[in-house]
Amino acid sequence: MSTPFDFLEPLSRLQDKIDELRQLSETSGVDVSREVASLEAKLTAESERLFASLTPWQRVQLARHPLRPQTSDYLAHACQEVVPLAGDRLFGNDEAIVCALATWDGIRCLVVGQQKGKDVHERRRCNFGMPHPEGYRKALLKMRLAERFALPVVCLINTPGAFPGIEAEERGQSIAIAENIREMAALRVPIVVAVIGEGGSGGALGIGVGDRLLMLQNSYFSVISPEGCAAILWKDGAMREVAAERLGLTAEVLQRLGIVDEVVPEPPGGAHRRPQAMAEILRAAVARHLRELLALPLDALLERRYRKLRAIGSVIEPPAASA
Amino acid sequence: MVLDRLRRGAFARDPKKIPDGLWEKCPGCQKTVFKRLVEERLDTCPECNYHFKMGARRRIATLIDDGTWQEWDAEMSSADPLGFVDSRPYPERIAQQQAKTGLKDAVLTGRGRLSGIDVALGVMDFNFNGGSMGSVVGEKIARLFERARELRIPAIVVSASGGARMQEGVVSLMQMAKTSAAAARLREARVPFISVLTNPTMAGVMASFASLGDIIVAEPKAMIGFTGARVIQETIKQELPEGFQTSEFLLAHGQIDLIVARQDLKAELARLLAYLKPAPSARGAHA
Repeated sequence: MSTPFDFLEPLSRLQDKIDELRQLSETSGVDVSREVASLEAKLTAESERLFASLTPWQRVQLARHPLRPQTSDYLAHACQEVVPLAGDRLFGNDEAIVCALATWDGIRCLVVGQQKGKDVHERRRCNFGMPHPEGYRKALLKMRLAERFALPVVCLINTPGAFPGIEAEERGQSIAIAENIREMAALRVPIVVAVIGEGGSGGALGIGVGDRLLMLQNSYFSVISPEGCAAILWKDGAMREVAAERLGLTAEVLQRLGIVDEVVPEPPGGAHRRPQAMAEILRAAVARHLRELLALPLDALLERRYRKLRAIGSVIEPPAASA
Repeated sequence: MVLDRLRRGAFARDPKKIPDGLWEKCPGCQKTVFKRLVEERLDTCPECNYHFKMGARRRIATLIDDGTWQEWDAEMSSADPLGFVDSRPYPERIAQQQAKTGLKDAVLTGRGRLSGIDVALGVMDFNFNGGSMGSVVGEKIARLFERARELRIPAIVVSASGGARMQEGVVSLMQMAKTSAAAARLREARVPFISVLTNPTMAGVMASFASLGDIIVAEPKAMIGFTGARVIQETIKQELPEGFQTSEFLLAHGQIDLIVARQDLKAELARLLAYLKPAPSARGAHA
C-alpha cells in the first residue's frame, strides 16, 4: 500500500536494520558496533542524498508528518519556563492556538503557536490545528498583553488553515484574521515568526505578521493547499504535485522572493526524526533574531516592519506614473 | 417599441421571443427581466431587487460626481513573480482578462467627489479574474490608504472578490498583510475608512482590508465569508443553514454595521461621512 511517505522508505529500512542489529546484540551479547556504525554512516549519507533532491510535494508531506515537532515540543525543549495562558475572555479557549509566557533562550517573551495535537484525543481537542475565530482573538488578547509589558512575541505557524465551518463563519473568521493581521503590523514589540510545519494561507497569516519570517527547511507556506489549487485550476486533484511545484511554497523559493528572511536547517532525515535537536536549532535562530530586534529603537522597528510588508509584490508601471 | 409593450405589461417571457441582448434572466428570482429597466435601477432586478454584479467603471459613475474623478495608478499591471503556468502562462491569462474587461487588473482607485465630499475610492471588479487580489490590487489599495492618510480624506473601498490570486502564490497572500498594515496607519491617523462589501467578497480580501472598515456596509444578499460554502460542506458534511454567508447572515451575527441597497448607497455614504470626519492633521498624522 502506498503512503505519502514512500519516499522515506529507504531510510526507514536502514533504520529498521540498525534497530534489529542492536536488539540482536542485546539478546545475544554479540558485538555489532562496527556493523551499526557503518549502517549509521550509510543512513546519514542516504538521507543527505534524499533530502538534497526533495520535490515541493515531498516537502509538503514532511511538513505534515504526524511525528513532526509541534509548538508543544518547542515550548518543552526551546524554553526554560512556560506559563500557558488560556482564553479569549469573549467566547472560549481554542486549543488550536497555544499562548504562553515563556523564557526563550533567556529572553522573556510571549509564544503564540498553532498546535495540531499528538494523539487522537489531543488532535480532536486542537481541531487538528485549524483555529476558530476565538483562537485568533485569544492570540490577539495575549499579544496586546505582551505589548503592554514590552515582551517580544514569537509565533510558531503550523496549520492546514483556519477551520472551514459554520460556527467559524458565524463568529467572524474573516474579521478575526483581518484584525490580527492589522494589529500585528503595528504591534509595538518585536515579533519573530517561524513556520514550523504547515503554513496554510490566511489561517497561518492570522498569527504570521512580524519583523522576521523564518521557515524550517521542510515546512511550507502557501496561498492555498496544493490539493485546493489543483482542484480549482486544473479541475483535477491528481495535479496536486504539479500545483505544489508551481505555487512556490518552499522556504528556498520564498527566501528568493524576499518574503522569508532565513531558512532554518533541519536535522538529517527531517525534524520528525530528532525533535529535540530541531528545537535546539530553532531556539538559537529565533533568539538571534530576537536579540537583533530588541536592540532597535521602537520607531525604527515599526518603520522597518511596515517597509518590509509594503515592499512585497511585483507590479509593472510605466516610469514616472505617480498621482 | 419594446418599452411600450413593457408599459402595457406585455412581458415577453418566452425565451424564443426574447430579442438577443434586450432581456436577461435574473439569478435571484429566475424571471426574465428587461435589461434597460435593470440598468436604470443601477443593475438591480425590478422584480426582486436582486443586485447584479456591477463593473468597477460603472460603480464609480454611480458614486462619484460627474467630472470629478481622477484615477490613480491607471497603468499599473501585474508581473509574474513565480513564472506561473496552469492551463496557460499567467501573463497570457492577464492579457486575456485585460482584453475581456478593458481593465489592467481587478481594482480601480482614484480621487473624486461623492456628493461634494472629497474621497479616495477603490472599486474592485469581479469580472477581472474573479476580482482576485494579487500584487496590483494589494499595491493600489495600500497606496489608496496611504494617500487618503496624506490628503486626510476618507477612504472607501467597494470590494468584490473571490480572494487571493493563486497565480502569485504567497506574494498574493502577503498582500493581505500589506493592505492591512496600510489600513492600520490610516486608522491610527483617524482618517475614516468605509468598507462596502458586494457580491461576492470572500477569503483573502474579506480576511484583510474589507473587514477593517470603521464602518462596514454590505449590499443586500451579497455572499460574504472566509471559506467558500462548497469547501465547508465537503469538510463538515452537513447541510448549510438557509441564507448562510449572506449579508443578512453577517448582520444577524454582528459582523457588519448595515445593509444598504445600491440605489441608496451614494446618499448613505455621504450621510455616514458627515459624521466621520478626518481628525485635524495635528493629531496623529506623524509618520
